[in-house]
Amino acid sequence: MRVAVIDTGTANLASMLAALRRIGAETELTREPEVVRDAPLVVLPGVGAFGAGMARLNECNLTEAIAARVRGERPFLAVCLGLQMLCLESEETPGVAGIGVLATKVRRFADLHEGARVTVPQLGWNEIVPRPDATLLSHGYAYYANSYYLASIPEGWTGAETEHGVRLVAALERGPMLACQFHPELSGPFGHDLLHRWLARGAAC
Amino acid sequence: MLTTRLIPCLDVDGGRVVKGVKFSSLRDAGDPAERAAAYEAQGADEIVVLDVSATTEGRANATETVRRVRDVLGIPLTVGGGVRRVEDARRLLDAGADKVATNTAAVLEPALLDRLATTFGCQCTVLALDAARTANGFEVVIRSGKERTGRDAVAWAREAAERGAGEIVLTSWDRDGTRSGYDTEMLAAISEAVGVPVVASGGAAHAGHMVDAVRSGASAVLAASILHDGETTVGDLKRALSAAGISVRL
Repeated sequence: MRVAVIDTGTANLASMLAALRRIGAETELTREPEVVRDAPLVVLPGVGAFGAGMARLNECNLTEAIAARVRGERPFLAVCLGLQMLCLESEETPGVAGIGVLATKVRRFADLHEGARVTVPQLGWNEIVPRPDATLLSHGYAYYANSYYLASIPEGWTGAETEHGVRLVAALERGPMLACQFHPELSGPFGHDLLHRWLARGAAC
Repeated sequence: MLTTRLIPCLDVDGGRVVKGVKFSSLRDAGDPAERAAAYEAQGADEIVVLDVSATTEGRANATETVRRVRDVLGIPLTVGGGVRRVEDARRLLDAGADKVATNTAAVLEPALLDRLATTFGCQCTVLALDAARTANGFEVVIRSGKERTGRDAVAWAREAAERGAGEIVLTSWDRDGTRSGYDTEMLAAISEAVGVPVVASGGAAHAGHMVDAVRSGASAVLAASILHDGETTVGDLKRALSAAGISVRL
């Protein structure tokens, strides 16, 4: 299967490309709105800052293409900042609009929660606790690298949660769409299996 | 809850893993990609590759090494050694690193950390901090421990985190390669001073040392020679940590 990976201009796409190759996918990098809207399988990776990421998507006219893809429930995978950019806005870059298909805002972790210190960024392996109706996501541990988070699973989606001082969204899913706060491409066998399930489901669409 | 990470560290020179004591007397310890894959299979949470080669030729090899490791590795990869400019970091990230560590260059020019964090994000910007004990505290050392700076390590850690370092790999120059345990006082002082994760490095001989490091504030523990020499495995160490009540991914 061929997977189009959106080239957001931020550097390390290599991990995502390597992980997709390991599950047997062929990969292509793209910045073409038509490809992003219509390709069978599309990945929005995400490393970097919210404002810079949105600026890049806007420059390439990709914002509307991604929104159309999500509204059409086409096979799609968003990771980390990719998930956050689907939201309305982020405390990371106030005043910059996100893609807006998730009606929620992205918040920053506070350093202190009820007196207990948590490290920011959250760097490392944390639990994935799926809702009973999740079908792509399973229980396990995955690798996170984030200072910002979504507080709850938006209406119309299911998914999984985790905890880092506060409860936060670990991932969202809806049909062939998967949006992870953690990095499946860096999450060992757990991530490998999840990517595989997403690919299989998307390929069947 | 975030689990404690166990991170094998591969010092690489000319495309081979080497291991030294106090940053010198290097000996061969295998192929980096094979080593990294084996450690992932044992349950490693992340891999650090430090390019310790001193030549331009060695540097070019390092990029190729990162590429080879990335192809087989399904867990995070941090790469350090010779990162002096944003472009050096970009080269390593393009080759497959997930995080880039900088050491001497950041001490000589702290604004490098701001630039790395602005360009790639703080989750990608790692400070490798080498420090040695003094009569009344901890001093930053650079150039692989050859040069003392007179800078207070705690103050430098704090400044680096403010500038955008999202993680600190703290190596005790007194303990590195000695197998006498991590410097837990140094770990406590630095983790107390910063809100970013601190990785303990230098001196581990067994799981007990790792337990001490975590209780002193470390978010992760680095190990090299005890793994390379085959004395123990990542899996055994993590099971011992778990038995001591430390949350790990098993």
